[in-house]
Amino acid sequence: MASKLKLITDGLVKNNPTFVLLLGMCPTLATTTSAINGLSMGLATLFVLVLSNMAISLIAPVVPDKVHIPVYIVVIATFVTLLQFIMQAYTPAMYETLGLFIPLIVVNCIVLGRAEAFANKHGVLESACDGLGVGLGFTCSLTVLGLVRELLGAGSLFGHNIIGGNDGMLLFVLAPGAFLCLGYLMVLFNKLFKK
Amino acid sequence: MAAKSNLTNMVLVLGVTCLLCSAVLGGAYVLTEEPIANAQVEKTNKAISKVLPEFQSVQEKEISGVKYYEAWSGETLVGYAIESTAGGFGGPLVLLVGITPDRIVCNTSVLSHSETPGLGAKCTTDAKFMSQWKNFNPKGKKMTAGPGGDIDAITASTITSNAYAKAVDSAVKVFDTIVGGQSSADAITGASYVNKNNGGQEDGE
Repeated sequence: MASKLKLITDGLVKNNPTFVLLLGMCPTLATTTSAINGLSMGLATLFVLVLSNMAISLIAPVVPDKVHIPVYIVVIATFVTLLQFIMQAYTPAMYETLGLFIPLIVVNCIVLGRAEAFANKHGVLESACDGLGVGLGFTCSLTVLGLVRELLGAGSLFGHNIIGGNDGMLLFVLAPGAFLCLGYLMVLFNKLFKK
Repeated sequence: MAAKSNLTNMVLVLGVTCLLCSAVLGGAYVLTEEPIANAQVEKTNKAISKVLPEFQSVQEKEISGVKYYEAWSGETLVGYAIESTAGGFGGPLVLLVGITPDRIVCNTSVLSHSETPGLGAKCTTDAKFMSQWKNFNPKGKKMTAGPGGDIDAITASTITSNAYAKAVDSAVKVFDTIVGGQSSADAITGASYVNKNNGGQEDGE
């Protein structure tokens, strides 16, 4: 049990996909214009990550080596499409905001990376924990990044205006602000957690 | 870890995986088809209710490639909601323009845009800019935000404001075609209901 818990906290801190492994930078930079967008993108990836990790750990022993990438991609794409259907049906507004970045989870290197590096060598439960940990790490990072950018760029938190007036530092909502915030958060993160 | 590859097991595993995945997706598609359609209808109705007075039912139609909606309240036509696109600063600016039968723009709403946040993107929030489209009479107006135009621009976003005005202008033109085409079609068949499904065709004649 302790080892499973460690798998989850590892994903959050030691193997944090955004601040330590620097994986999945494209959705990280593009969707974090606000805290709620970052959170949603993170949760969408978490969903795919846990399910694909579990499915791949189950089928890995029978998958021939030479076709393992196509098989994994088919499995991942299935879960992403499933997610797309669900979001379109029940959270259409969020689906529209995240738009292209939902289908692009298929090629998110975190998902295939965890399948290759972890899920195909471990049991179902461990793989699920790993997916949960890395997914939570990604979700937290994206939410924090979105939070900072929204606060600086629009003066609001989760859509609630807290500074009064609607003039923030626009730069932070735009692309350069994404890089700046990510850089400084990375420094901060590594200062706090890297031994 | 992985099994040794040979032709048989490669074909088999890949085939079975694809088959299973298609089955799962097929099932999910059937299950979510209705909620997705409902969400779409709700979204359209919500968008239309923003730009037109109260209505009860909506009919989707098309005229020479432009999609528009007729809003009805019982037997009376409340107005038309016309989708209109113009090139903005960052990409296409898509509006829904509500026009009542007396050729007054009731209101407008942005369906999608890729304008700069904080500048052109204010076309969805700027109260002063947005309010000028409420009960706007396009008759005799010069539809530009530039010099000599009758449209108040958003500060520092003339290109977006111009695109907005252009989109409204072309919606009014579509309205003119619809109204012109329909009255003649009504005269021919004498029944407007029959035309509802092929209104577009009749316009071509």
